[in-house]
Amino acid sequence: MNSENNTQLLHQKYIDSLKREKKWVRFYQLLIFLLFFSTWEIASQRNWIDPLLFSSPTKIWGLLIDKIQDGTLIANIGITLTETVFGFILGTFLGTLLAAILWWSPFVSRVLDPYLVILNSMPKVALGPILIVALGPGFSSIIAMGAIISIIITTIVVYTAFKEVDPNYLKVLQTFGATRAQSFKEAVLPASFPTIISTLKVNVGLSWVGVIVGEFLVASKGLGYMIIYGFQVFNFTLVLLSLLVIAVFATIMYQFVDFVERKLIKDK
Amino acid sequence: MSFLEITNIHHTYFTKTSANTALSDVSIQIEEGEFISFLGPSGCGKTTLLSIIAGLIAPTSGTIFLEKKPVKQSSHKIGYMLQQDYLFPWKTIEENIFLGLKLSNRLNDDTRKYTLELLQKMGLGPVEKLSPKQLSGGMRQRVALVRTLATEPKILMLDEPFSALDYQTKLKLEDLVSTTLKAFGKTAILVTHDIGEAIAMSDKIYLFAANPGRVHKTFIIPEELRNLTPFQARGHEQYTKVFQSIWKELESLEFRE
Ligand SMILES: Nc1ncnc2c1ncn2[C@@H]1O[C@H](COP(=O)(O)OP(=O)(O)OP(=O)(O)O)[C@@H](O)[C@H]1O
Ligand SMILES: [Mg+2]
Repeated sequence: MNSENNTQLLHQKYIDSLKREKKWVRFYQLLIFLLFFSTWEIASQRNWIDPLLFSSPTKIWGLLIDKIQDGTLIANIGITLTETVFGFILGTFLGTLLAAILWWSPFVSRVLDPYLVILNSMPKVALGPILIVALGPGFSSIIAMGAIISIIITTIVVYTAFKEVDPNYLKVLQTFGATRAQSFKEAVLPASFPTIISTLKVNVGLSWVGVIVGEFLVASKGLGYMIIYGFQVFNFTLVLLSLLVIAVFATIMYQFVDFVERKLIKDK
Repeated sequence: MSFLEITNIHHTYFTKTSANTALSDVSIQIEEGEFISFLGPSGCGKTTLLSIIAGLIAPTSGTIFLEKKPVKQSSHKIGYMLQQDYLFPWKTIEENIFLGLKLSNRLNDDTRKYTLELLQKMGLGPVEKLSPKQLSGGMRQRVALVRTLATEPKILMLDEPFSALDYQTKLKLEDLVSTTLKAFGKTAILVTHDIGEAIAMSDKIYLFAANPGRVHKTFIIPEELRNLTPFQARGHEQYTKVFQSIWKELESLEFRE
């Protein structure tokens, strides 16, 4: 009885200590945030740093309000978000499709192997100008940038997962006379589902890179355009505002995909 | 011609660096309704032979006929349960047991009902909606058996179905499988390392030798034992006698190698 109470007490203490630690972590995180922005503000006001180049949080805040009021920020965010979402879904889908083709035909996969290595090592954003000429300077070429950056790596990762599916699952299906397509649908794809979902998370980050670079190049709309425009007219407040907005939305999107991933994998 | 005719099977596995003869000149005849065991040391080609019978791999030479037809053409008449249960963890129990029917487009109300009845007969309660992860090893093995039986194969092959189970579960399942198969009059081939299991369950035992894999000797199980359940058979005086003779044969095999 006594020892049972004791255990409970110790457990409660342990939980309390965990809670206390969490509070301190949060506290320091907030402290860093506040310190960063207040130092920035003060340094800029006292000219310790060049206010033209580094702007200041209050100026950025002011610009944020302006841009929200005239509607341009929301429109640009919408455009960039749409491009990124399409880009990474397309990249993941096409990468998985390509992986399926490689799995389907071991011969094709062996033939294509060196090309995959080359394409994977190549910096995909360098294809930007070609894409823009081919697809026209607009929505589609930017989405293509967001997709192309993640296709090959998705193909390689997902194909590896396909190959690692326990061959005995395929054997079970073969004993039931399954065709290759049935084997793919019943075993290979569902067994690799967790891998595919986790590439989504990587691809979301990659697609931001592709889309922002694409917008740099096309330079007509979106957050990437805001950065390039701010740079051209030497309005670094605008550049920094865009950067912060990108940071916020990239994080939100990442967290969302992470949430979806945990949800889907827990359901399985 | 017998129900299942295995004639002069040779099989060699080729790799870049080696040619490994797994089976050499194996000929076996099996009659309808017989329960056969393949007994033998690890690596003597038992799994290979089952894969060939199931039509999963083509033998280097030799033929296999089931009811006078080459097995390639009648692979759905053969049920094959692998060395582990291999239930698909991403499917529910129900989806798992309907799999064979679904793949051969035979899933309808009748076959569905039949399969669920099989599940009942195996002593599994309402588990259809559960995931394989939620079942114990013995339950999973029974589900795997239902999955194999659901397509009503003419012949059932079991590759060490009980080897991963605890002893008590194993003895219970032996009885269950034996009585179920007898009730359906199914022809069966059991692969096992366990001499006792082979004696208790089968009508005939083929003892395999390794390097290269071949049939070393055949044992016919006495009538008295055949009519008992495996558990009862293990307690019969004849059981010990057969056990001794097989044991001696295995010893002599080892001695020669
Ligand atoms: N896919 C393969 N490629 C090359 N060699 C193989 C392959 N499968 C089996 N072998 C070889 O063939 C021989 C027979 O293997 P098999 O799996 O049929 O034996 P087994 O009697 O089932 O053994 P166990 O009792 O351990 O399951 C072994 O020497 C094994 O190494
Ligand atoms: Mg084996």
